[in-house]
Amino acid sequence: MIRGFAILFGCQLLGELLTRTTGWPVPGNVLGMTLLLVALMLDVVRLEWVTEAAELLLTNMALLFIPVGVAVMQYFDLLAREWLPIVTATVLSTFVVIAVTALVADRLADPSQAGGGDDS
Amino acid sequence: MTPDVSDMPLFGITLTLTVFVLAQRLYRRTGSVWLNPVLVSILAIITLLLVAGIPYRNYARGGELVTFLLGPAVVALAVPLYQRRLEIWRSKRAILLGVLCGSLASIVSACGIAWLLGGSRDVIISIAPKSVTAPIAIGIAERIGGIPALTAPVVVMTGCLGAMCGAEFCRRLGIRTHLAAGLAVGTAAHGIGTARMLEIDRLSGTVAGLAIGLNGLVTTFLLPLLMALA
Repeated sequence: MIRGFAILFGCQLLGELLTRTTGWPVPGNVLGMTLLLVALMLDVVRLEWVTEAAELLLTNMALLFIPVGVAVMQYFDLLAREWLPIVTATVLSTFVVIAVTALVADRLADPSQAGGGDDS
Repeated sequence: MTPDVSDMPLFGITLTLTVFVLAQRLYRRTGSVWLNPVLVSILAIITLLLVAGIPYRNYARGGELVTFLLGPAVVALAVPLYQRRLEIWRSKRAILLGVLCGSLASIVSACGIAWLLGGSRDVIISIAPKSVTAPIAIGIAERIGGIPALTAPVVVMTGCLGAMCGAEFCRRLGIRTHLAAGLAVGTAAHGIGTARMLEIDRLSGTVAGLAIGLNGLVTTFLLPLLMALA
């Protein structure tokens, strides 16, 4: 578990280092994810080293967003000023994105996978 | 007079974990998607802080330590991606085109609707990256001259909405594959949507996780380009 966390933190650190030195507009954590994926494919990192730590974070990911949401309370006045365009655009656009993405991907997806993919 | 401990990091952490555990129990007991545990927790904590008169910055001392783990959690998405790499590679065309269209639709619809309703330039720009995961969206907002403080709550609102309605909405649209549903909710509602999809189905959750990263990348490059055209 500790080894797993060391690898996850290390990948993010390398990702941050890479974005800062190159000035790429890609966030360090996304680069870190890419680095870990490459490391797994090249067998530099073995899957069983990271699964436990990764599972712990992924199964509880929802929890990690709560403080980001609580931060809204600092900006009540900003939201109150233009709440109609903000809320309407956010809500409608969310449904538009889901519909567009799902319909495009579903049309192109391999139909033999339809309904499949459950962990069984 | 009791001594004040609300400025200790322990306070924010304890409050976040306790409220979340209670919200999860409520969610499991009722089984209602409207009682999404993230949304319920956020509202409960804000209410508690306001009622108790505890300043946000005191809560944030502990809250930041929880938020910190979002970084390694994004890195951890590499694990399910690696485990499902063959399935994902087989569907690469559907995944890439799906995210590309979704990302474009997100920017155009969010900005377009806000503009039609008379939103100011600041608002229109700030909500443009609303479907991108918080750490990336805030970076984008800064770079394109938006208000990051406005982007953050809009991103969380989008995530909660996608988590609550995404799966059901896909079912009503007649979406056949878990892949397409996961990709759609991940593209629209980033990590909060992904957390929900991971509960429903492992492949959906994995593809949703991939969509977070892809949408982050696509929006990062697409948004400045669209702004130059507009």
